[in-house]
Amino acid sequence: MSATDTTIDTPVAAPTLSKDEILRYSRHLIMPEVGMEGQLKLKQAKVLLIGTGGLGAPLGMYLAAAGIGRIGLVDFDVVDHTNLQRQIIHGTKDVGRKKLDSAADTMQDINPFVQIDKYEVALTSENALDILRDYDIVIDGTDNFPTRYLVNDACVLLGKPNVYGSIFRFEGQATVFAYEGGPCYRCLYPEPPPPGLVPSCAEGGVLGILPGMIGIVQATEAVKLILGKGEPLVGRLLLYDALAMRFRELKLRRNPECPVCGDHPTIHQLIDYYQFCGVPRQAEEPVAAAGDLTAAEVKAKIDRADDFVLIDVREPHEYQIAKIGYAKLIPLGELPKRLNELNTADEIVMHCKSGVRSAKAVDLLKQSGFKKVRNLKGGILAWSDTVDPSVPKY
Amino acid sequence: MAKILIPTPLRQYTDKKDTVELGGATVGEVLSALTSEHPDLRRHLYTDEGKLRSFVNVYLNDEDIRYLNRDSTPVATNDTLTIVPSIAGGITDVSH
Repeated sequence: MSATDTTIDTPVAAPTLSKDEILRYSRHLIMPEVGMEGQLKLKQAKVLLIGTGGLGAPLGMYLAAAGIGRIGLVDFDVVDHTNLQRQIIHGTKDVGRKKLDSAADTMQDINPFVQIDKYEVALTSENALDILRDYDIVIDGTDNFPTRYLVNDACVLLGKPNVYGSIFRFEGQATVFAYEGGPCYRCLYPEPPPPGLVPSCAEGGVLGILPGMIGIVQATEAVKLILGKGEPLVGRLLLYDALAMRFRELKLRRNPECPVCGDHPTIHQLIDYYQFCGVPRQAEEPVAAAGDLTAAEVKAKIDRADDFVLIDVREPHEYQIAKIGYAKLIPLGELPKRLNELNTADEIVMHCKSGVRSAKAVDLLKQSGFKKVRNLKGGILAWSDTVDPSVPKY
Repeated sequence: MAKILIPTPLRQYTDKKDTVELGGATVGEVLSALTSEHPDLRRHLYTDEGKLRSFVNVYLNDEDIRYLNRDSTPVATNDTLTIVPSIAGGITDVSH
Protein backbone atom coordinates (compact mmCIF):
# COMPACT_ATOMS: atom_id res chain seq x y z
CA MET A 1 0.00 0.00 0.00
CA SER A 2 1.37 3.38 -0.88
CA ALA A 3 1.45 6.29 1.54
CA THR A 4 -1.31 8.07 -0.34
CA ASP A 5 -3.67 5.13 0.15
CA THR A 6 -3.46 5.32 3.94
CA THR A 7 -4.59 8.95 3.94
CA ILE A 8 -7.66 8.00 1.96
CA ASP A 9 -8.53 5.35 4.57
CA THR A 10 -8.98 7.77 7.46
CA PRO A 11 -12.55 9.10 7.12
CA VAL A 12 -14.50 6.11 8.38
CA ALA A 13 -18.05 6.88 7.30
CA ALA A 14 -18.24 10.09 5.31
CA PRO A 15 -21.49 11.83 6.34
CA THR A 16 -24.10 12.19 3.70
CA LEU A 17 -27.53 13.75 3.41
CA SER A 18 -30.57 11.60 2.82
CA LYS A 19 -33.05 12.48 0.10
CA ASP A 20 -35.36 13.96 2.76
CA GLU A 21 -32.57 16.04 4.21
CA ILE A 22 -31.58 17.35 0.79
CA LEU A 23 -35.15 18.50 0.24
CA ARG A 24 -35.34 20.06 3.73
CA TYR A 25 -32.09 21.99 3.37
CA SER A 26 -32.53 22.95 -0.29
CA ARG A 27 -32.49 26.71 0.40
CA HIS A 28 -29.09 26.25 2.04
CA LEU A 29 -27.77 23.83 -0.54
CA ILE A 30 -28.38 26.14 -3.49
CA MET A 31 -26.24 28.90 -1.91
CA PRO A 32 -22.55 28.54 -2.66
CA GLU A 33 -21.66 29.84 0.84
CA VAL A 34 -23.33 26.79 2.36
CA GLY A 35 -23.83 24.18 -0.35
CA MET A 36 -23.46 20.47 0.30
CA GLU A 37 -20.10 20.98 1.96
CA GLY A 38 -21.47 23.54 4.42
CA GLN A 39 -24.61 21.57 5.18
CA LEU A 40 -22.50 18.52 5.98
CA LYS A 41 -20.39 20.68 8.30
CA LEU A 42 -23.59 21.74 10.07
CA LYS A 43 -24.65 18.11 10.31
CA GLN A 44 -21.33 17.12 11.88
CA ALA A 45 -21.33 20.08 14.28
CA LYS A 46 -21.98 19.77 17.99
CA VAL A 47 -23.31 22.86 19.73
CA LEU A 48 -24.05 23.21 23.43
CA LEU A 49 -26.88 25.56 24.36
CA ILE A 50 -27.03 26.52 28.01
CA GLY A 51 -30.51 27.64 28.98
CA THR A 52 -33.72 27.39 26.97
CA GLY A 53 -35.21 30.69 28.10
CA GLY A 54 -35.42 34.04 26.33
CA LEU A 55 -32.17 33.77 24.37
CA GLY A 56 -32.24 29.98 24.24
CA ALA A 57 -35.68 29.84 22.62
CA PRO A 58 -34.81 31.33 19.21
CA LEU A 59 -31.35 29.76 19.41
CA GLY A 60 -32.72 26.27 19.88
CA MET A 61 -35.32 26.65 17.17
CA TYR A 62 -33.01 28.11 14.52
CA LEU A 63 -30.09 25.81 15.30
CA ALA A 64 -32.41 22.82 14.97
CA ALA A 65 -33.90 24.19 11.77
CA ALA A 66 -30.43 24.83 10.35
CA GLY A 67 -29.60 21.15 10.75
CA ILE A 68 -26.91 21.25 13.45
CA GLY A 69 -26.25 17.53 13.89
CA ARG A 70 -26.08 17.44 17.65
CA ILE A 71 -27.41 20.04 20.05
CA GLY A 72 -26.88 19.78 23.80
CA LEU A 73 -29.42 21.53 26.02
CA VAL A 74 -28.77 22.42 29.64
CA ASP A 75 -31.74 23.50 31.75
CA PHE A 76 -33.51 22.43 34.92
CA ASP A 77 -36.27 25.03 35.04
CA VAL A 78 -40.00 24.57 34.55
CA VAL A 79 -42.14 26.59 32.12
CA ASP A 80 -44.35 29.20 33.78
CA HIS A 81 -46.81 31.75 32.43
CA THR A 82 -44.42 34.70 32.69
CA ASN A 83 -42.00 32.92 30.31
CA LEU A 84 -44.42 32.88 27.38
CA GLN A 85 -44.11 36.60 26.53
CA ARG A 86 -40.65 35.85 25.04
CA GLN A 87 -39.65 32.17 25.30
CA ILE A 88 -41.31 31.14 22.07
CA ILE A 89 -39.90 27.61 22.12
CA HIS A 90 -42.48 26.91 24.86
CA GLY A 91 -46.24 27.21 24.51
CA THR A 92 -49.20 27.62 26.83
CA LYS A 93 -49.69 23.85 26.80
CA ASP A 94 -46.17 23.47 28.23
CA VAL A 95 -46.75 25.45 31.42
CA GLY A 96 -45.63 23.23 34.30
CA ARG A 97 -43.44 21.01 32.07
CA LYS A 98 -39.68 20.86 32.23
CA LYS A 99 -38.22 23.42 29.83
CA LEU A 100 -35.81 20.77 28.65
CA ASP A 101 -38.63 18.50 27.47
CA SER A 102 -40.69 21.32 26.05
CA ALA A 103 -37.73 22.79 24.14
CA ALA A 104 -36.59 19.40 22.86
CA ASP A 105 -40.11 18.60 21.62
CA THR A 106 -40.33 21.87 19.70
CA MET A 107 -36.89 21.38 18.19
CA GLN A 108 -37.57 17.77 17.18
CA ASP A 109 -40.85 18.88 15.64
CA ILE A 110 -38.98 21.51 13.61
CA ASN A 111 -36.30 19.04 12.63
CA PRO A 112 -36.37 15.32 13.51
CA PHE A 113 -32.93 14.88 11.91
CA VAL A 114 -31.08 16.59 14.74
CA GLN A 115 -29.89 14.75 17.83
CA ILE A 116 -30.70 16.48 21.10
CA ASP A 117 -28.73 15.71 24.28
CA LYS A 118 -30.59 16.76 27.41
CA TYR A 119 -28.77 17.77 30.59
CA GLU A 120 -31.23 18.39 33.40
CA VAL A 121 -28.74 20.12 35.67
CA ALA A 122 -27.54 23.55 36.63
CA LEU A 123 -24.14 24.13 35.05
CA THR A 124 -21.59 24.21 37.88
CA SER A 125 -17.83 24.32 38.32
CA GLU A 126 -17.99 20.59 39.02
CA ASN A 127 -19.80 19.48 35.85
CA ALA A 128 -19.06 22.25 33.32
CA LEU A 129 -15.82 20.91 31.81
CA ASP A 130 -17.27 17.42 31.38
CA ILE A 131 -20.40 18.73 29.69
CA LEU A 132 -18.67 21.33 27.48
CA ARG A 133 -15.84 19.04 26.38
CA ASP A 134 -17.98 17.12 23.88
CA TYR A 135 -19.07 20.18 21.91
CA ASP A 136 -17.46 22.40 19.26
CA ILE A 137 -19.22 25.63 20.17
CA VAL A 138 -20.80 26.80 23.41
CA ILE A 139 -23.66 29.29 23.58
CA ASP A 140 -24.64 30.75 26.92
CA GLY A 141 -28.30 31.67 26.90
CA THR A 142 -28.68 31.97 30.68
CA ASP A 143 -27.68 35.62 30.88
CA ASN A 144 -26.68 35.63 34.54
CA PHE A 145 -23.28 36.57 35.96
CA PRO A 146 -22.19 33.36 37.75
CA THR A 147 -22.99 31.18 34.72
CA ARG A 148 -21.46 33.74 32.36
CA TYR A 149 -18.08 33.77 34.15
CA LEU A 150 -18.22 29.99 34.55
CA VAL A 151 -18.89 29.44 30.84
CA ASN A 152 -16.28 32.03 29.92
CA ASP A 153 -13.52 30.43 31.96
CA ALA A 154 -14.49 26.90 30.94
CA CYS A 155 -14.45 27.88 27.24
CA VAL A 156 -11.05 29.56 27.56
CA LEU A 157 -9.62 26.55 29.41
CA LEU A 158 -11.03 24.12 26.82
CA GLY A 159 -10.33 26.35 23.81
CA LYS A 160 -13.98 26.47 22.70
CA PRO A 161 -15.64 29.52 21.16
CA ASN A 162 -18.27 31.07 23.42
CA VAL A 163 -21.13 32.83 21.67
CA TYR A 164 -22.32 35.51 24.05
CA GLY A 165 -25.52 37.51 24.31
CA SER A 166 -27.07 39.63 27.03
CA ILE A 167 -30.20 41.72 27.28
CA PHE A 168 -31.80 44.39 29.42
CA ARG A 169 -35.17 46.03 28.76
CA PHE A 170 -34.67 47.37 25.22
CA GLU A 171 -30.92 46.87 24.86
CA GLY A 172 -28.75 43.94 23.98
CA GLN A 173 -25.10 42.99 23.56
CA ALA A 174 -23.57 40.18 21.56
CA THR A 175 -20.13 38.95 20.56
CA VAL A 176 -18.05 35.78 20.23
CA PHE A 177 -15.49 35.19 22.97
CA ALA A 178 -12.47 32.93 23.17
CA TYR A 179 -12.26 32.30 19.44
CA GLU A 180 -8.78 31.72 18.06
CA GLY A 181 -6.96 33.95 20.51
CA GLY A 182 -9.67 36.59 20.63
CA PRO A 183 -10.81 38.34 23.79
CA CYS A 184 -12.91 36.72 26.50
CA TYR A 185 -15.64 38.09 28.76
CA ARG A 186 -13.12 38.88 31.50
CA CYS A 187 -11.22 41.06 29.02
CA LEU A 188 -14.41 43.06 28.62
CA TYR A 189 -15.45 43.05 32.28
CA PRO A 190 -12.85 41.73 34.74
CA GLU A 191 -15.39 41.56 37.55
CA PRO A 192 -19.16 41.41 37.92
CA PRO A 193 -21.15 44.15 39.63
CA PRO A 194 -22.17 43.50 43.21
CA PRO A 195 -25.46 41.59 43.42
CA GLY A 196 -28.53 43.77 43.25
CA LEU A 197 -26.90 46.64 41.37
CA VAL A 198 -27.89 45.41 37.92
CA PRO A 199 -31.57 44.47 37.83
CA SER A 200 -32.55 41.24 36.09
CA CYS A 201 -35.39 41.10 33.56
CA ALA A 202 -37.58 39.72 36.36
CA GLU A 203 -37.03 42.99 38.20
CA GLY A 204 -36.39 45.44 35.37
CA GLY A 205 -38.54 43.92 32.65
CA VAL A 206 -37.63 43.14 29.06
CA LEU A 207 -39.25 43.68 25.69
CA GLY A 208 -40.31 40.16 24.72
CA ILE A 209 -38.88 40.44 21.21
CA LEU A 210 -35.46 41.62 22.41
CA PRO A 211 -34.03 38.19 23.33
CA GLY A 212 -35.31 37.04 19.93
CA MET A 213 -33.11 39.59 18.19
CA ILE A 214 -30.02 38.88 20.28
CA GLY A 215 -30.57 35.10 20.25
CA ILE A 216 -30.76 35.18 16.47
CA VAL A 217 -27.49 37.13 16.30
CA GLN A 218 -25.95 34.39 18.45
CA ALA A 219 -27.42 31.64 16.26
CA THR A 220 -26.13 33.39 13.13
CA GLU A 221 -22.62 33.60 14.57
CA ALA A 222 -22.65 29.93 15.60
CA VAL A 223 -23.67 28.89 12.08
CA LYS A 224 -21.01 31.17 10.53
CA LEU A 225 -18.30 29.69 12.77
CA ILE A 226 -19.31 26.19 11.69
CA LEU A 227 -19.39 27.10 8.02
CA GLY A 228 -16.17 29.11 8.31
CA LYS A 229 -17.79 31.83 6.23
CA GLY A 230 -18.01 35.57 6.59
CA GLU A 231 -16.54 37.77 9.24
CA PRO A 232 -17.15 36.42 12.74
CA LEU A 233 -18.27 38.78 15.50
CA VAL A 234 -14.87 38.49 17.18
CA GLY A 235 -13.12 41.51 18.69
CA ARG A 236 -16.30 43.50 18.18
CA LEU A 237 -19.03 44.10 20.71
CA LEU A 238 -22.37 44.54 19.01
CA LEU A 239 -24.80 46.82 20.84
CA TYR A 240 -28.46 46.85 19.92
CA ASP A 241 -30.99 49.45 21.02
CA ALA A 242 -34.53 48.42 20.11
CA LEU A 243 -36.08 51.79 20.99
CA ALA A 244 -33.76 53.71 18.70
CA MET A 245 -33.63 50.67 16.35
CA ARG A 246 -29.90 51.12 16.09
CA PHE A 247 -26.96 48.72 15.98
CA ARG A 248 -23.53 49.92 17.06
CA GLU A 249 -20.18 48.24 17.21
CA LEU A 250 -17.38 48.81 19.71
CA LYS A 251 -13.84 47.45 19.57
CA LEU A 252 -13.10 44.58 21.88
CA ARG A 253 -9.52 43.62 22.62
CA ARG A 254 -7.88 40.76 24.40
CA ASN A 255 -6.44 42.09 27.64
CA PRO A 256 -2.83 40.91 28.02
CA GLU A 257 -3.41 41.11 31.78
CA CYS A 258 -6.60 39.02 31.70
CA PRO A 259 -6.43 36.47 34.53
CA VAL A 260 -7.76 33.66 32.35
CA CYS A 261 -6.77 34.36 28.73
CA GLY A 262 -3.94 36.90 29.21
CA ASP A 263 -0.23 36.45 28.70
CA HIS A 264 0.30 35.23 32.26
CA PRO A 265 -2.98 33.66 33.33
CA THR A 266 -3.57 33.08 37.02
CA ILE A 267 -6.76 31.04 36.64
CA HIS A 268 -6.04 27.49 35.54
CA GLN A 269 -9.14 25.78 36.82
CA LEU A 270 -12.74 26.66 37.52
CA ILE A 271 -13.47 28.57 40.69
CA ASP A 272 -16.57 29.16 42.82
CA TYR A 273 -18.52 31.55 40.60
CA TYR A 274 -21.30 32.20 43.08
CA GLN A 275 -18.74 33.42 45.55
CA PHE A 276 -16.94 35.37 42.80
CA CYS A 277 -20.21 37.10 41.94
CA GLY A 278 -21.12 37.63 45.59
CA VAL A 279 -24.22 35.48 45.34
CA PRO A 280 -25.04 33.38 48.41
CA ARG A 281 -25.08 29.71 47.44
CA GLN A 282 -27.91 28.52 49.61
CA ALA A 283 -31.00 30.14 50.98
CA GLU A 284 -33.52 30.57 48.20
CA GLU A 285 -35.61 32.66 50.61
CA PRO A 286 -34.26 36.12 51.19
CA VAL A 287 -32.87 36.17 54.68
CA ALA A 288 -35.81 37.20 56.81
CA ALA A 289 -34.74 39.99 59.08
CA ALA A 290 -36.07 39.79 62.58
CA GLY A 291 -39.35 41.64 62.68
CA ASP A 292 -40.46 40.86 59.12
CA LEU A 293 -44.23 40.57 58.86
CA THR A 294 -46.11 38.03 56.79
CA ALA A 295 -48.87 39.18 54.45
CA ALA A 296 -51.44 37.64 56.81
CA GLU A 297 -50.01 39.56 59.77
CA VAL A 298 -50.25 42.83 57.82
CA LYS A 299 -53.82 41.99 56.84
CA ALA A 300 -54.66 41.37 60.50
CA LYS A 301 -53.19 44.77 61.42
CA ILE A 302 -55.37 46.46 58.81
CA ASP A 303 -58.45 44.56 60.01
CA ARG A 304 -57.74 45.50 63.64
CA ALA A 305 -57.33 49.11 62.49
CA ASP A 306 -53.87 49.18 64.10
CA ASP A 307 -52.20 52.54 63.88
CA PHE A 308 -49.50 52.03 61.25
CA VAL A 309 -48.43 53.23 57.82
CA LEU A 310 -48.00 50.87 54.86
CA ILE A 311 -45.58 52.14 52.21
CA ASP A 312 -45.34 50.63 48.73
CA VAL A 313 -41.83 51.27 47.35
CA ARG A 314 -42.49 49.97 43.84
CA GLU A 315 -42.67 52.10 40.69
CA PRO A 316 -45.90 53.87 39.66
CA HIS A 317 -46.37 51.58 36.62
CA GLU A 318 -46.24 48.57 38.92
CA TYR A 319 -48.78 50.20 41.22
CA GLN A 320 -51.11 50.35 38.22
CA ILE A 321 -50.79 46.60 37.70
CA ALA A 322 -51.60 45.55 41.25
CA LYS A 323 -51.80 47.24 44.60
CA ILE A 324 -52.74 46.82 48.22
CA GLY A 325 -55.40 49.51 48.65
CA TYR A 326 -54.19 50.57 52.06
CA ALA A 327 -50.66 51.40 50.90
CA LYS A 328 -49.14 54.74 50.03
CA LEU A 329 -46.75 54.77 47.06
CA ILE A 330 -43.22 56.11 47.50
CA PRO A 331 -40.89 54.53 44.89
CA LEU A 332 -37.60 53.34 46.39
CA GLY A 333 -35.59 55.80 44.27
CA GLU A 334 -37.59 58.74 45.64
CA LEU A 335 -37.51 57.58 49.24
CA PRO A 336 -34.35 59.46 50.33
CA LYS A 337 -35.88 62.76 49.17
CA ARG A 338 -39.31 62.02 50.65
CA LEU A 339 -38.37 60.94 54.16
CA ASN A 340 -40.06 64.13 55.41
CA GLU A 341 -43.39 62.53 54.47
CA LEU A 342 -42.78 59.88 57.13
CA ASN A 343 -42.77 60.20 60.89
CA THR A 344 -40.20 58.35 63.02
CA ALA A 345 -42.83 57.99 65.72
CA ASP A 346 -45.13 55.98 63.43
CA GLU A 347 -45.04 52.25 63.00
CA ILE A 348 -44.15 51.74 59.32
CA VAL A 349 -44.41 48.63 57.15
CA MET A 350 -42.71 48.65 53.75
CA HIS A 351 -43.68 46.44 50.84
CA CYS A 352 -42.72 45.91 47.20
CA LYS A 353 -43.27 43.10 44.70
CA SER A 354 -41.30 40.31 46.37
CA GLY A 355 -39.79 41.85 49.49
CA VAL A 356 -36.28 42.62 48.18
CA ARG A 357 -36.61 46.32 47.43
CA SER A 358 -38.66 46.91 50.56
CA ALA A 359 -35.90 45.26 52.62
CA LYS A 360 -33.54 47.90 51.17
CA ALA A 361 -36.09 50.56 52.05
CA VAL A 362 -36.25 49.25 55.64
CA ASP A 363 -32.44 49.50 55.86
CA LEU A 364 -32.51 53.00 54.45
CA LEU A 365 -35.10 54.15 56.98
CA LYS A 366 -33.25 52.52 59.87
CA GLN A 367 -30.08 54.32 58.83
CA SER A 368 -32.08 57.53 58.85
CA GLY A 369 -33.17 57.04 62.45
CA PHE A 370 -36.47 55.23 61.99
CA LYS A 371 -36.81 52.45 64.56
CA LYS A 372 -40.34 51.09 64.13
CA VAL A 373 -40.03 49.99 60.52
CA ARG A 374 -40.62 46.48 59.23
CA ASN A 375 -40.74 44.61 55.94
CA LEU A 376 -43.70 42.76 54.44
CA LYS A 377 -42.06 39.45 53.65
CA GLY A 378 -42.71 38.21 50.12
CA GLY A 379 -44.28 41.50 49.04
CA ILE A 380 -47.43 41.79 47.00
CA LEU A 381 -46.83 38.31 45.57
CA ALA A 382 -47.26 36.85 49.06
CA TRP A 383 -50.28 39.12 49.55
CA SER A 384 -51.85 37.63 46.43
CA ASP A 385 -50.99 34.07 47.52
CA THR A 386 -52.17 34.24 51.10
CA VAL A 387 -54.50 37.21 51.58
CA ASP A 388 -56.22 38.39 48.43
CA PRO A 389 -56.04 36.16 45.32
CA SER A 390 -57.87 38.84 43.31
CA VAL A 391 -54.63 40.86 43.33
CA PRO A 392 -52.88 39.85 40.09
CA LYS A 393 -49.32 38.53 40.17
CA TYR A 394 -46.85 39.86 37.62
CA MET B 1 -19.10 69.58 23.35
CA ALA B 2 -18.88 65.83 23.48
CA LYS B 3 -21.90 63.60 23.36
CA ILE B 4 -22.25 61.03 26.14
CA LEU B 5 -24.55 58.06 25.53
CA ILE B 6 -26.16 56.82 28.74
CA PRO B 7 -27.20 53.14 28.84
CA THR B 8 -30.67 52.13 30.00
CA PRO B 9 -29.69 50.91 33.50
CA LEU B 10 -28.05 54.26 34.34
CA ARG B 11 -30.73 56.55 32.95
CA GLN B 12 -32.49 56.55 36.30
CA TYR B 13 -29.57 58.68 37.54
CA THR B 14 -29.61 61.14 34.63
CA ASP B 15 -33.25 62.26 34.85
CA LYS B 16 -34.05 59.56 32.26
CA LYS B 17 -31.88 61.25 29.60
CA ASP B 18 -30.28 58.87 27.09
CA THR B 19 -27.82 61.47 25.81
CA VAL B 20 -26.00 64.25 27.61
CA GLU B 21 -23.79 66.84 25.90
CA LEU B 22 -20.96 68.30 27.95
CA GLY B 23 -17.65 70.05 27.44
CA GLY B 24 -14.20 68.90 28.56
CA ALA B 25 -10.72 68.50 27.13
CA THR B 26 -10.26 64.91 28.30
CA VAL B 27 -12.42 61.88 29.02
CA GLY B 28 -11.88 62.50 32.73
CA GLU B 29 -13.08 66.09 32.46
CA VAL B 30 -16.18 65.18 30.51
CA LEU B 31 -17.09 62.40 32.94
CA SER B 32 -16.41 64.71 35.86
CA ALA B 33 -18.79 67.26 34.35
CA LEU B 34 -21.33 64.46 33.94
CA THR B 35 -21.13 63.34 37.56
CA SER B 36 -21.28 66.96 38.76
CA GLU B 37 -24.48 67.44 36.83
CA HIS B 38 -25.84 64.06 37.96
CA PRO B 39 -24.22 63.28 41.33
CA ASP B 40 -26.17 60.03 41.85
CA LEU B 41 -24.33 58.60 38.85
CA ARG B 42 -20.94 58.93 40.47
CA ARG B 43 -20.99 55.85 42.69
CA HIS B 44 -22.22 53.74 39.79
CA LEU B 45 -19.25 54.73 37.63
CA TYR B 46 -16.44 55.10 40.15
CA THR B 47 -15.16 53.27 43.20
CA ASP B 48 -14.62 55.15 46.46
CA GLU B 49 -10.98 55.46 45.39
CA GLY B 50 -12.08 57.23 42.20
CA LYS B 51 -11.30 54.35 39.83
CA LEU B 52 -13.69 53.45 37.04
CA ARG B 53 -15.57 50.35 38.20
CA SER B 54 -14.51 47.04 36.69
CA PHE B 55 -18.00 46.33 35.37
CA VAL B 56 -18.32 49.67 33.56
CA ASN B 57 -16.48 50.46 30.34
CA VAL B 58 -16.19 53.80 28.61
CA TYR B 59 -15.59 54.09 24.90
CA LEU B 60 -14.36 57.12 23.02
CA ASN B 61 -16.13 56.65 19.73
CA ASP B 62 -15.57 52.91 19.20
CA GLU B 63 -12.39 52.51 21.25
CA ASP B 64 -12.19 51.37 24.88
CA ILE B 65 -10.44 54.13 26.87
CA ARG B 66 -8.45 51.45 28.74
CA TYR B 67 -6.53 51.00 25.48
CA LEU B 68 -6.14 54.76 24.97
CA ASN B 69 -4.98 57.01 27.79
CA ARG B 70 -7.88 56.25 30.11
CA ASP B 71 -9.10 59.44 31.82
CA SER B 72 -6.38 61.54 30.17
CA THR B 73 -7.51 60.67 26.66
CA PRO B 74 -8.16 63.94 24.77
CA VAL B 75 -11.73 64.54 23.63
CA ALA B 76 -12.53 66.53 20.51
CA THR B 77 -15.77 68.30 19.69
CA ASN B 78 -18.22 65.88 18.10
CA ASP B 79 -16.62 62.88 19.79
CA THR B 80 -19.01 60.40 21.35
CA LEU B 81 -18.43 58.82 24.73
CA THR B 82 -20.39 55.63 25.36
CA ILE B 83 -20.82 54.15 28.81
CA VAL B 84 -21.33 50.37 28.63
CA PRO B 85 -21.98 48.58 31.92
CA SER B 86 -22.25 44.82 32.11
CA ILE B 87 -25.83 43.67 31.89
CA ALA B 88 -27.50 40.36 32.73
CA GLY B 89 -31.20 39.89 32.19
CA GLY B 90 -31.43 36.28 33.34
CA ILE B 91 -32.27 35.12 36.81
CA THR B 92 -29.36 34.00 38.95
CA ASP B 93 -30.04 30.56 40.28
CA VAL B 94 -29.02 30.36 43.92
CA SER B 95 -30.31 26.91 44.65
CA HIS B 96 -27.01 25.17 43.83
